[in-house]
Amino acid sequence: MSDRIVRAHVGIGSPVTGTALVASDDFSARYDLDRVEGVFSRPAHKLCGESYVGRVLVLNTAKGGVATAWMLYEMKSRGMAPAALLLNAANPIMAQGAAMADLPFMDRFETDVTAAIKTGDKVTVDPVAGTVTIHG
Amino acid sequence: MQLTDHEQAMLAGEFGEPRKRALEQQIKVGRFFDAEDFVEIAQVHLMADTESLGEAGVAWLEELASYPEEERRVRVPTVTDPRGVDFDAYKRLGQQESWAVLEQRAIDAFTAMNFLMTDTCINYQTIFPPAFGEHVAFGDTGSTIYANSVCGARSNFEGGPSALAAALTGRTPRYGAHLDQGRKGTHRFFVKDRPQTLSDWGALGGVVGRATGSYWTVPVLEGIEGSPTSDELKHFGAALASFGSVPLFHMIGVTPEAHDLGDVFDGPMPDPKAIGRADIDAFYDGFGLHEDGVDVVVFAAPQQSLVEMQSLAGLLKGRKISDKTTLIAATSPEIKSACDRLGLTATIEEAGGIVLKGVCFYQMYAREIGEANGWKRLLSNSAKLVNIIAGYGYEPVLAPMEACIDAAVAGRMSK
Repeated sequence: MSDRIVRAHVGIGSPVTGTALVASDDFSARYDLDRVEGVFSRPAHKLCGESYVGRVLVLNTAKGGVATAWMLYEMKSRGMAPAALLLNAANPIMAQGAAMADLPFMDRFETDVTAAIKTGDKVTVDPVAGTVTIHG
Repeated sequence: MQLTDHEQAMLAGEFGEPRKRALEQQIKVGRFFDAEDFVEIAQVHLMADTESLGEAGVAWLEELASYPEEERRVRVPTVTDPRGVDFDAYKRLGQQESWAVLEQRAIDAFTAMNFLMTDTCINYQTIFPPAFGEHVAFGDTGSTIYANSVCGARSNFEGGPSALAAALTGRTPRYGAHLDQGRKGTHRFFVKDRPQTLSDWGALGGVVGRATGSYWTVPVLEGIEGSPTSDELKHFGAALASFGSVPLFHMIGVTPEAHDLGDVFDGPMPDPKAIGRADIDAFYDGFGLHEDGVDVVVFAAPQQSLVEMQSLAGLLKGRKISDKTTLIAATSPEIKSACDRLGLTATIEEAGGIVLKGVCFYQMYAREIGEANGWKRLLSNSAKLVNIIAGYGYEPVLAPMEACIDAAVAGRMSK
């Protein structure tokens, strides 16, 4: 199989390659995560129980209040952050948090990114070029 | 992004390392949202409670605060959102000593940067209300939506790091609610029955928020005859921002950018969705009742205005709160001083209530204080609070202020 490329808006952070963890749910660091253990903890979330540490996390939209902006930095400083975060639609809070944490972050894909990428796919995220390469 | 000569100099480090770093961070966000340039801002409201900051966030602040004074001082008036600890009450609430230590470290860092420690989410009512058309950087969803919608000022949601960057550079990337185009209506609602109580206004905000549900939507409401009060608009906006992540609404004939529908819609308008009393009642019903007992009754989120504190004291005067129930009212340090001076604090405390200053229930380690005090069944007249607090292990119920007080006295709700 050959590589596939999905295009998006130019993002934040530097290129990174990792293994995807995907769901069609939304994302808030405050409401969805056990940030100490590095796992999804909200029972209603499809990824509940899954570790997001070091994964390329792919979800639908950003939700929740302003606290997430601080939390991405705090998670990264303990080595307990995802490798990258890809959303169909961001809000200012998530972008501001990614900018502070220098976490690779992209949104506004040409297609539903939660359908284009599957859990376990090896992907290269390039926020500078605005592309995600799914390795075949 | 297009940068002015002054911004180029800032980026080159001519005004010190903190401002350089702040501008670099803002450029990343500006590029992400296709901002063409920066806009100068008049004031900043910063959300930075220690529960969100953590040890890493506080250490980051301390590093910034260690630069020479001319490099670390904020450039515009900068006020703070509620903190995690009320130093006069934290022991009584079962809060840990380590949280108070972390809190003091954060306060010392902010003070070194020349912040005004106002510790309030109702800065638009009590400190320095923004003026029409003023660009600001506000960092609490409730204060942002009020500034945008009711004052006609212009702000995006600025999370802690972003609001701090804006305070250091005196500007913010021009996108979203700073642009005329970002302030146009996207959804239309017709309010058939005027909300009666503050919790009704919050419920209306919840209903509209659930029907919009994205940062990039702007709901427009028709049908409200005569201006609501500042507290009514506060509860409506805070709930709308909480349930819908929405930073801006227009109310035709009420808010300053919406004299008529033509002001807020370009081209064809969407059909209005009607909201009536049945929708508001259904919203309350979604949270149920606490007929078997109430552990804690909370008036907060947003903090109480002086007028709300007077209402609370009036309802509690001469009554006694059940010993099975804790009643908490949270307000700003300024309003608390006024309540002390006017005898309102004494009236609430004589009834057995607790008045907290500079904190807001959900930002003060709500999960841990719930566990320490055995609080689970929570009652509030704040739609915003009942939305947030379930995530902290509580069973929240929404009711008007009068019903909340009756339940606090009886120790349980009645139908």
